[in-house]
Amino acid sequence: MKIAVVDYGAGNLPSVERALRRLGADTERAARPEQVAAARALVLPGVGHFGAFVAGLRDRNLAEPLRAARASRVPILGICLGLQAMFACSEEAPEQLGLGFFPERVKALPTNVKSPHIGWNRLRTIRESRLLRGIPQDAYFYFAHSFAAPASACATVAACDHGVSFAAAIEYDNLFGVQFHPEKSGEIGAFLLRNFVEAIA
Amino acid sequence: MTLARRIIPCLDVDASRVVKGVEFEGLRDMGDPAELAARYNREGADELVVLDISASFQGRATFVDTIRRVAEQLNIPLTAGGGIRTMEEGRAVLLAGADKVTVNTAAVQRPELISELSQRFGAQAVVLSLDVKRKNGSWEAFIRGGREGTGRDAADWAAEAVERGAGEILLTSIDRDGTRSGFDCDATATIAATVSVPVIASGGASTFDDFLAVFTRGCADAALAASIFHLETHSISELKEFLAKRGVPVRQSGLALLDSRSGRG
Repeated sequence: MKIAVVDYGAGNLPSVERALRRLGADTERAARPEQVAAARALVLPGVGHFGAFVAGLRDRNLAEPLRAARASRVPILGICLGLQAMFACSEEAPEQLGLGFFPERVKALPTNVKSPHIGWNRLRTIRESRLLRGIPQDAYFYFAHSFAAPASACATVAACDHGVSFAAAIEYDNLFGVQFHPEKSGEIGAFLLRNFVEAIA
Repeated sequence: MTLARRIIPCLDVDASRVVKGVEFEGLRDMGDPAELAARYNREGADELVVLDISASFQGRATFVDTIRRVAEQLNIPLTAGGGIRTMEEGRAVLLAGADKVTVNTAAVQRPELISELSQRFGAQAVVLSLDVKRKNGSWEAFIRGGREGTGRDAADWAAEAVERGAGEILLTSIDRDGTRSGFDCDATATIAATVSVPVIASGGASTFDDFLAVFTRGCADAALAASIFHLETHSISELKEFLAKRGVPVRQSGLALLDSRSGRG
C-alpha cells in the first residue's frame, strides 16, 4: 500500500520518506486536498510551532480531508507535532484548534526540567499496541519537543517521563502517533515504522 | 526514566572533505563525510554534527550538498552549521536534511537571527554554538572561529540566546580545543547551571575518563569529539560501555537489543 506523507510546506519530509522506503514501503507526497482525500494511508510529520502547523494545514485546505480520512478509518500516523495536531488544542497556540481526533489539550513541559526535551529517552508501556509490538522495554527513542499531550490521554499506549508523564505513543482504532522521531531513532525507530507499515497492510 | 547522555562525533568539513587541524601543519584529510557518517551511524553515535570550517560564501553550495549526502546515510539526528549568517542559509541547511542548525558569529552580531530561526523552525532546531575562553574566573564568548573576543560574558550571552529561542548550547572551550587535556568541566557546569536547555560539551576530549568527568562534574547533556573517533583510537560502543558501568545512562545499540530478543525481527 502506498503511504502518503502530508506536505504542509515546512516539515523535514525526506528523512521520514527515506525511513519508510528503506523498509520497502512505497511513499508519495500529499500537498493538495485531493491527494490527502485519495490516500489509503497517511503520515503526518511535523516540526516547529503548533499554531503555524495547524494554520498551514488549514491554509492548504488539508485539515478537512484529514478529518474525512479519519472518519473513513484511513490509517494515520502523526509524528511529533503531527501527533500534537491530532489533539483538540495546545498551550503553544491557545487561539488555534487542532484536528480534534482526541479531546485532550497539549501542554508545555514543566519548567523544573530542561526544555526542549532533546535526546534519547525510554518509554513506559501503558497498554499493548500494534505500534510498539516487539519493542524491548529498555529501547531508547529520540525526542525533540517542548510540548506534549498528557499521559492520561485515552489513546496513550506508552508514556515517557520528563518532569511530567506525557503521551509518548498513542494508538486508537486506525490512528497512531508518536511524540518522538522514529525516523531519527536508529534501528529501533525503523522497527516501529515497520510495525506501522505491517499494521496497515 | 532519564535522558541518555549523548555521544556526538563531529565532522569538520572543508571543500567536501572531513579535515582535522593539526598544529603547525595545517589541515589533514580525514576522509569522506558520507562514509564517516555511515560508520558513526552504524557504531551507535547518538547524533552527528557537521561543521563547515571554511565557511566561505563560495563554499556554501558545496556544504549544502555535503549535508544532503550525509543525511542520506543517517537514521539519527543531524546538526549542521559553521558560518551561517542568514535565515536563508539556515533554511538551506535544514531543507538539505539537517534537523538542527548552529549559529555563532552572526547571532552575536544580530541576535534576532536566533529568534527568527526559532519562530520559523522551532527551538529544537536552533543550536547556539558558543566558543569560550577563560578570563578571571569566568568565560568570555568568542566569535570568528575563536579569533575574536566579544567582551561578553559567556553565561550572559547563553541566557540571552535561550531567551531568544535557542534550544541547545554547543559549548566549545577554546582553551582546551585540540589540547587533549579533557573537557573544561567548570565552563560546562557553569553554562549548564545558567540555562534551561541541554548543553553539549566540546573541546579537549582525549580519554574515557574525560567523558565521565564532563557528564558528572561538568553536568553536560552531551559530549562532542572529532579526531579521537575519526582515528579509531576510541570506539563509541566501548566508550558507552565504560560510561554505563559507572552509572551514566547511555543508549545501547538498537541492533543489540533487537538481536537479543527471540522470535520476530
